[in-house]
Amino acid sequence: MGSNTHILWFFVFAGLEERVDEYESGTDSDYTQYWVDWFLSRKGNEYFCEVDEEYIMDRFNLTGLNTEVQYYSQALDMITDNLDDNLDDEMREIVEKSARHLYGLIHARFIITAHGLTKMLEKFKKCDFGRCPRVLCHNHPLLPVALSDVPYTKSVKLYCCRCEDIYNPKSSRHASIDGAYYGCSFPHMLFQVYPQLVPPKSTERYVPRIFGFKLHDVAKQHRHQDRIREDSHARIMAGIEGLQQQQQQQRLAIAAAAGSQKKGGEENQQNSNSKSPSMTTESGAMADVN
Amino acid sequence: MAHRDDDIRNLHEQELEEDEDDDALQGDYVGEEYYGSDGTNESGTESMPWIAWFCSLGGHQYFAEVADEFVEDDFNLTGLSSVVPFYKEALEMILDLEPEEDSTKVPDVSIVEASAEQLYGLIHQRYIVTRQGLQQMAEKYQAGHFGTCPRTYCQSTNVVPCGRYDLAGVETVKLYCPNCQDLYSPPSSRYLNLDGAYFGTTFAHMLFHVYPELVPNIQSRIYQPTIYGFKISEHSRSGPRMQWLRTKVDPIRLDAQGHLITAKGEDDDLDEDDKEDESM
Ligand SMILES: [Zn+2]
Ligand SMILES: [Zn+2]
Repeated sequence: MGSNTHILWFFVFAGLEERVDEYESGTDSDYTQYWVDWFLSRKGNEYFCEVDEEYIMDRFNLTGLNTEVQYYSQALDMITDNLDDNLDDEMREIVEKSARHLYGLIHARFIITAHGLTKMLEKFKKCDFGRCPRVLCHNHPLLPVALSDVPYTKSVKLYCCRCEDIYNPKSSRHASIDGAYYGCSFPHMLFQVYPQLVPPKSTERYVPRIFGFKLHDVAKQHRHQDRIREDSHARIMAGIEGLQQQQQQQRLAIAAAAGSQKKGGEENQQNSNSKSPSMTTESGAMADVN
Repeated sequence: MAHRDDDIRNLHEQELEEDEDDDALQGDYVGEEYYGSDGTNESGTESMPWIAWFCSLGGHQYFAEVADEFVEDDFNLTGLSSVVPFYKEALEMILDLEPEEDSTKVPDVSIVEASAEQLYGLIHQRYIVTRQGLQQMAEKYQAGHFGTCPRTYCQSTNVVPCGRYDLAGVETVKLYCPNCQDLYSPPSSRYLNLDGAYFGTTFAHMLFHVYPELVPNIQSRIYQPTIYGFKISEHSRSGPRMQWLRTKVDPIRLDAQGHLITAKGEDDDLDEDDKEDESM
């Protein structure tokens, strides 16, 4: 589209902001700036990555969004720089708002595609989403995550894969971004695809003390936490062992079936496992239904 | 990760942080300079007692104003003269006393100022665990002077400044949350030059010990990672491994070994976990 309408609209929007950022109004004089570039360069939009143009152009990827976004086709035209200039100011403002919403919803879908994950991975490596505020996480980088995939319900949170907890963004600009623009699945999808990025988990824990002495109640709670950790570890190890045993059994069973048609041995062996068969078959699976 | 990346990131973070400072502060920014900015210049600050002035400086809102009587009692300062350089001059500065005539050995006022800050910080560490100091800090806590916990499920619980070391010069101040019982870095770089020893290791826990009613009563929640609405199994390689850390049980319900005391005898099966899945 080009044209100075973006500049004009920038000022309209800047007027709506609590504060006008001077340097932005300085750099925005570029007439040929694409809408997506303009959007990404705005202060507060640092958590967004650039959605591939081909992804947006493929209408299949946008299935269902037309009912989610007002003035959908104009908004899409604005994102793809195909919007006619003959809109009045008020209308343009409305479409602009829709375009940002639409971009966010497309973004949520895009970042869990293979290419979207790599783009967000780059941002993760650059610590674009900040670092975990928990002292014992030693500044581990964070990832954006939602608590609801439904738009307008909850703002974006930040997930730390070291303590596996979620935090509020420091800046009010980031704290007001809709969580639906990232989705509940994104960081966990990233770690499923790149499990090597999962840091080793630490058992380090802050111990409150009064004049050097531990507190009795806290010590009890910590023992309880240790118990839960050990139980979980035992279940995981049993699962891994169970899986290995099961695989071995399957190999043996195939071999046995190839040799003679004996069948009973397999079941006996499986019963000797400490965990139930359903547990062992699920081990290694990505997710289980709750 | 390359060094260059680190630099860029630091710059980037600084920018964000400073920006956040602007948002948060608005009126109360006095400036890191030693003199107030608007109208109240030297004459204004000099009429103000040193302690009140020091506590009003930008980035010093974590400090309580130590009572003069506490500073004047030598017993409370035991051992500090060997830790703080220019101890006598620093103490005079804190108490707004006229320097004695023989103080010509001081090379530069700024050195005494630095000493005064350190001395005040270490006196502060001792003061805030006294009855009066605790009460002042409890009021500051309730007024929200120390900020809130960044952990989402702590629902903006107020935090308190806390050191991990009582010795000065080891580590900067951290923030303790009484709900998750964990430590966090302050959100702003303004607090990066505050020594954790100025608050000490004991104060935060003493505060909630003496004022247990300040501990919030928030439903304990553990974040449950999901993919397309499905919980990720702990048997998955990237499955949950840290849920123990956020497991919180009222110590009344635990025996000395950390076992749950329940009539059902259903050990370790926390009901808290199940309240999680409202989002899907
Ligand atoms: Zn963390
Ligand atoms: Zn907390």
